[in-house]
Amino acid sequence: MNEKQEKLIDKKGIRLDGRKADELRPLKLQVGVLSNADGSAYIEHGKNKILAAAFGPREVHPKHLMQADRMVLKVRYHMAPFSVQERKSPAPSRREVELSKVIKESLEPALFLELYPRTGVDVFVEVLQADGGTRCAAITAAALAIADSGVPMRDLVVGCAAGKVDDTVVLDLYDAEDKLGVADVPVAYMPSLNAITLLQMDGILDPEEFEKAVNMAMDGCKKIYEMQKEALKTKYMVVKEVEE
Amino acid sequence: MSSLVTKVRLKQIEQLIEQGKRLDDRGLLDTREIKIEQGIIEKAEGSARVFLGKTQVLVGVKVATGEPFPDTPNEGVLTVNAELVPIASPNFEPGPPDENSIELARVVDRGIRESKCIDNEKLCIEPGKKVFVVFVDVYVLNHDGNLIDAAALAAMAALINTKMPNFEIKDGELKIKQGYTPLPIKGHPITVTTGKISNRLIVDPIAEEEQVMDSRITFATKENGTICAIQKGGSGYFSPQQILEASKIALNKAAELRKKLDW
Repeated sequence: MNEKQEKLIDKKGIRLDGRKADELRPLKLQVGVLSNADGSAYIEHGKNKILAAAFGPREVHPKHLMQADRMVLKVRYHMAPFSVQERKSPAPSRREVELSKVIKESLEPALFLELYPRTGVDVFVEVLQADGGTRCAAITAAALAIADSGVPMRDLVVGCAAGKVDDTVVLDLYDAEDKLGVADVPVAYMPSLNAITLLQMDGILDPEEFEKAVNMAMDGCKKIYEMQKEALKTKYMVVKEVEE
Repeated sequence: MSSLVTKVRLKQIEQLIEQGKRLDDRGLLDTREIKIEQGIIEKAEGSARVFLGKTQVLVGVKVATGEPFPDTPNEGVLTVNAELVPIASPNFEPGPPDENSIELARVVDRGIRESKCIDNEKLCIEPGKKVFVVFVDVYVLNHDGNLIDAAALAAMAALINTKMPNFEIKDGELKIKQGYTPLPIKGHPITVTTGKISNRLIVDPIAEEEQVMDSRITFATKENGTICAIQKGGSGYFSPQQILEASKIALNKAAELRKKLDW
């Protein structure tokens, strides 16, 4: 941004938090963490801590939103007041309304909406702690919560961002890099279908950097995808062992 | 999205697009006729109305004084709001902004903000205390598709048309003087949205086409060919190849428009 700012990447290409340009933050994924939800998941993505719960297929509320020929997916992305440095008002901000919409649209391509007419699936995302890249982590968790609820899916959806910090295209920006960096490109991706379901960007990138960032984000998604599958297996393998 | 078009009509749109044709005889990558009128609201500091085919968007800019954000004490403030007023479409209802109008406003905002086309530091009156606040209000008057591109274009045209009051600081007091200076504009971001129907990419969809469009992707680009904002929307997906194709389409269409508008 301005020249007084310290470099976010050192001469050896190491970022302020010790990562290399194409390195993800540490991730922890857990499925089935809330007993009252039909499906749920918890993600720790760096310092992001996010819970997602899925309910349904069930009746649509309010009723006028019901669709005669398909299921209605509703998503609420919400940040806890204590999730950020300055207390955030619990009332939904314009940012949260937009993110709820783009997260919903990133998950819809994974669902067989037309197979469940007159029903609704509700996904609630609560960001308990935010440190950059919450929409992507929210998508990763929300997809797991839906999978955990048993609603059939074409593929899991994975979220991961790439961007530009100083002069380098990097993977998975955390808060400081997001704020002080040059650009942030959040991506959601269905790896088995090679389909991009969310793509946003703010900042400045030339077309080559943009292509590189999208490819880097997709590679990050593929890595997280394996962890997602592992998290699902961990829950359901345990169930199987008990049965035996 | 409630459907006014019958299923037959929607099927027809899909079949046409599969053959590379469209309802209004345009090519897949042809934009409708664009008309811009500036300065049509005298009481606003800046205004513009954009006609994009039958789509009509009016943007009014009001300039007021206010406090800067704590993290940018010597920069003016930009706020963008969008209203999908009920006169614009039978599907719009009065009431607080819904997710569609919030998304529209935020995408227009992102294009202007990230391109840094307003010289924000020139909007500072007293660092940390008083700055000019630029309110950009997007008013959709008639909805026939592609509201994002029309609104972004109208917002930019209105900003170019905006004048801010002359002022001086006397004994720490702000005094408004006679006359006006134009808002300091450094660049002209152009926003181009590409939609996907029957797995093919089109630009500038009309409202009926938007009902069969499974997803859209918007690129705001600058004079030097860099990208400054992106937004994917709609409940479908794009392949990575389609994303790159859409970015090229957006850059080409923006260059065409720049030539026409001399931006």
